[in-house]
Amino acid sequence: MATVIIPTPLRKFTNNTARLDIKADTIENTVHELTLNFPDLKKHLLDDKGQIRSFVNIFVGNDDIRDLQQGKTPVQTDTVISIVPAIAGGFA
Amino acid sequence: MILIQSTARELMLADAVQAFPDECCGFLFGQEDGEGHRTITTIRVVNNAKEGDKRRRFVIAPLDYIQAEQFAEESGLTLLGVYHSHPNHPAIPSEHDRIAAQPFFSYVIVSVLERKVGPVRSWRLNDEAQFEEESVAVPVLSTGAENA
Repeated sequence: MATVIIPTPLRKFTNNTARLDIKADTIENTVHELTLNFPDLKKHLLDDKGQIRSFVNIFVGNDDIRDLQQGKTPVQTDTVISIVPAIAGGFA
Repeated sequence: MILIQSTARELMLADAVQAFPDECCGFLFGQEDGEGHRTITTIRVVNNAKEGDKRRRFVIAPLDYIQAEQFAEESGLTLLGVYHSHPNHPAIPSEHDRIAAQPFFSYVIVSVLERKVGPVRSWRLNDEAQFEEESVAVPVLSTGAENA
């Protein structure tokens, strides 16, 4: 069981819940469970191939899973996972 | 409608001028009422983490985002959006802005023309992932007359 922190922009897809306890052993299984429970999250988290979207960062504590074992990063009972939307833009 | 209270607005505009000719960026915190009207009471200035040309792009580092969510939770405010500047360009979102935009968030854009503040406009994604403008209310300045 890990705690997943849902970012504010996506809380309308989780019944305005900010923190969810998800039972899974890896990050990718956590995301899979999330999208099963909250199907409207899927298009915001996963691309057409079922991979985590490039505009979505997932952190375990303060570590980006890209610097760990990506989707295979193991999840412990006390793991805190943050879904972090990429915030970017500009006039051109 | 989005109202940015005076102190927060002044801080945001000062950041936009100071960053010129680069783009600035930061977070907007406040409350939303039952009709969807938003009041921004607090802003948090963050570093433009874009590598390369910051005059036409901005990026907010993920750890700054995580801290912004923590700040909102601890202060009882809602993270309502993001501001950034368009140096020497109008306060209209680009396609790059739209592609990277999140639902729910207000995207306030400050146009800065040769270090002078220009129009301030705000935009939100609709259900078709297109930007719609939301009106920006100007805070009413106190005249002090009520204390006379």
